[in-house]
Amino acid sequence: MDFGPHLMLASLEGAVIAAILALTAMGLSIVFGVMRVVNVAHGEFYMLGAVLAWFVASLLGGHPAYGFVAALLIAPVLVGCLAAASDWLILKRINYDPDRTIVGTIGMLYIIQQTTLMTFGPDARPVEAPFNTRLALPWWEWGEGGLTMIWPWGLSTTSYKLFVIVAAATILCALWLVITRTKLGLLMRATQQDSETAQAFGVPVGKVYSWVFGLGAALAAMGAVLVVPIQQAHYLMGHDPLLLSFIVVIIGGLGSLPGTVIAAILIGMSDGIISVFFSPTVAKIIATLLVAMVLVFRPQGLMGRKAA
Amino acid sequence: MSLPARSNALHFGVLALMVVLFFVLPPYYAGNLSRIMVLAIYAMGFNLLFGYTGLLSLGHAMFFAAGMYGFGLPMAHLGVPLVPAMFLGVLSAGLLASVIGFLALRTSGVAFMIVTLMFAQAIYLTILYFSTWTRGEEGFVIQQAERMVMGIDLTSANARFTTAFVLFAVTFLGLARLIASPFGRTLIAIRENEERTRMLGYDATRLKWQAIVVSGAVSGLAGAAYALLFGYVGATFATVQYSIFPLLWVLLGGAGTTIGPLIGVFFMFYLIDISSSYTNAYMLIAGLALVLLTVFAPQGIAGELRKRVATWLP
Repeated sequence: MDFGPHLMLASLEGAVIAAILALTAMGLSIVFGVMRVVNVAHGEFYMLGAVLAWFVASLLGGHPAYGFVAALLIAPVLVGCLAAASDWLILKRINYDPDRTIVGTIGMLYIIQQTTLMTFGPDARPVEAPFNTRLALPWWEWGEGGLTMIWPWGLSTTSYKLFVIVAAATILCALWLVITRTKLGLLMRATQQDSETAQAFGVPVGKVYSWVFGLGAALAAMGAVLVVPIQQAHYLMGHDPLLLSFIVVIIGGLGSLPGTVIAAILIGMSDGIISVFFSPTVAKIIATLLVAMVLVFRPQGLMGRKAA
Repeated sequence: MSLPARSNALHFGVLALMVVLFFVLPPYYAGNLSRIMVLAIYAMGFNLLFGYTGLLSLGHAMFFAAGMYGFGLPMAHLGVPLVPAMFLGVLSAGLLASVIGFLALRTSGVAFMIVTLMFAQAIYLTILYFSTWTRGEEGFVIQQAERMVMGIDLTSANARFTTAFVLFAVTFLGLARLIASPFGRTLIAIRENEERTRMLGYDATRLKWQAIVVSGAVSGLAGAAYALLFGYVGATFATVQYSIFPLLWVLLGGAGTTIGPLIGVFFMFYLIDISSSYTNAYMLIAGLALVLLTVFAPQGIAGELRKRVATWLP
């Protein structure tokens, strides 16, 4: 393949990564934005989403589409409930103290990961995609007879990958509607701006925190259910999304939702493109150093406002 | 007894107890003592920063690894003798800590944790990237023939214990001394109220930087000692898990106490040792311990003792 088609393929792969990443990072971002805590166990909620998707799909059987749709509905709800329960059981008791929350969520990370290892086992297991047609993609070339359309060998994607991009965009739009148009969104925004004043005006801040923590985890789980037909479910799969979500949330500005989406697209696309053309280890070294440097020299992130 | 006399009695008592344990315990448990003491050096290095200065680093494995590789790489590839290599290990950890400290101290709170986490991840990936020399995940072995000093074979049980004990005792007493000094007192003041310390005329950023350098160098000493006594250098020791372990030990034993790190390592070592004979998911115990500690006993064992029984505990 020439450079052009190769680049197009890489950007398509990058777009799929970006779509999943936007969902996962958005979960981390709203939790940080509203509750001001860093959830280190976020990657494990993602992993749980994928593992539960496998359980649901293999229990149901039948056509893969039934299993997939059921997983997409059930897994995020279960993960969200679990997260809300852990918020009530652990985070509420330590008063959302930032340092202790990090230590507590590190503990949750190991509990969830190791429990999955004991029940689900160390194997990677696939979930079948509901539909998976191969779509060949055209490429235009300036030849002798002017602009001609060719179909390079190997330049193709699957209908499922395109579906992932559309689904992620739909979920993000729905989230935006929830935040800007519903009562829950109003309560969330009030709590985010000033939790004490919100409480004084009768906002049940404790309940809002549990809802937000659950919603954040559910978003990660949705991302995982979408990705699991492409990438298999495994008990250690939460590590990379956690790191990448951190990177996205920091680059986008802690707690800034539009910043998170833009950064997710930026990081996802460049991750896809860089790891096609360069060694993935180098890409990761550059990315982690970049994040550290952004935090050191521009702590408010690229899109965030300076903290008051 | 006056306070300094009490803490001296406690520290020498702990050291004497370690020697007695070595001679009393059956070989397997006596052998574990060296490992526990080396890991306790690492925990003490972490404790200086977390327990006394109030800075939570989530990337201390990079200093442990810097000590380990600073010791192991020159020995394996350049044929540097053992004692100078030991110094190189501590030096490289100290240097790394001075650079990281300079950068990371521009941030505070949650950002400080994430910055240290990210730098440690970059160091880990760098170790993997240069696998021609570091052998990556697989690691390399330091031959028994090279682990000799003045004709003494450090791999024998007695010599190993003696080496670990001497290094542990020096660090243990040295750090206890440091904490009691004006420098250590000022670090505690920074932990309690940084603004106020600054207002009293102390250069808090500089002091914190010094604390990071000392903490990093001590962690590096632990890394070098681990490679020396157990003969293995590998990238596993640079992973996030090894940044979490010292946090766990220190929290369990009691942050900001001199004996806390040792108690924490002891407890955690046997907790994992016993549970790993039942299940391969032994990190579950670590996770549960972390959650229970943060919720019910954020002060740790020694911290609770100080609160309830002995308020004089250093």
